[in-house]
Amino acid sequence: MTVRIQTAPFDAQAEADALRRGDMDVGAVVTFVGTVRDVNDGDAVTTLELEHYPGMTEKALGAIEAEARERFDVRGIAIVHRVGKLAPGDPIVLVAVTSAHRGAAFDACRFVMDYLKTRAPFWKKERTPQGERWVEARAADDDAAATWSPR
Amino acid sequence: MRGAPATSVSVVKLVFLARLREAFGASHERFAIDAPTTVGAIRASLYARGGPWAAELAPGRAVRIAVNHELARDDAPVSPGDEVAFFPPVTGG
Repeated sequence: MTVRIQTAPFDAQAEADALRRGDMDVGAVVTFVGTVRDVNDGDAVTTLELEHYPGMTEKALGAIEAEARERFDVRGIAIVHRVGKLAPGDPIVLVAVTSAHRGAAFDACRFVMDYLKTRAPFWKKERTPQGERWVEARAADDDAAATWSPR
Repeated sequence: MRGAPATSVSVVKLVFLARLREAFGASHERFAIDAPTTVGAIRASLYARGGPWAAELAPGRAVRIAVNHELARDDAPVSPGDEVAFFPPVTGG
């Protein structure tokens, strides 16, 4: 299992390769990369600053990863999340999942992202021509997480 | 006597993150409790400070609270030495 929080960019292909390497039971690799958009709520976004809660973040991501392993028949999961200053187009988050068959990898990848969006302690502050502002949580993210039955 | 508490008052560490850190002008503070208490009781006493505390912690404002890095409800117990964090709904990913 890989859970990392870092300021540096990540290499999605290298992370997926590392999960797959040496595991001949892997028949599917799914990767998701979230990136910074240059517009939010109708305003241009010039930079994004990502803050987190060191200590809790690692535990929260580890718990999400563990729950994904319980729910889905997967071989490996990697979660990498960046913090600090980012610009439009920059990758923010990577989730990579390997499994024997594609269904489990697709499902687990989506599950990890849906839970990460509502449970992992990260906050985005964006700079726009109108000034700085904290990004507000979206009801759509709560709805997405709620589609997974509670355990 | 060795091991005895230095005072009769015990403390917890409060942590404020993101918008709340900026509103309160502090990332953390030592908060005295004289007995085991709850998340809701600490929130209520911070709210009673008025100003930005009242604005951000008013009933109905969406505030998430974690005790020792685990999300907690208002009735969760808090004991001396615990770390209690207050933050807005998360927006990562």
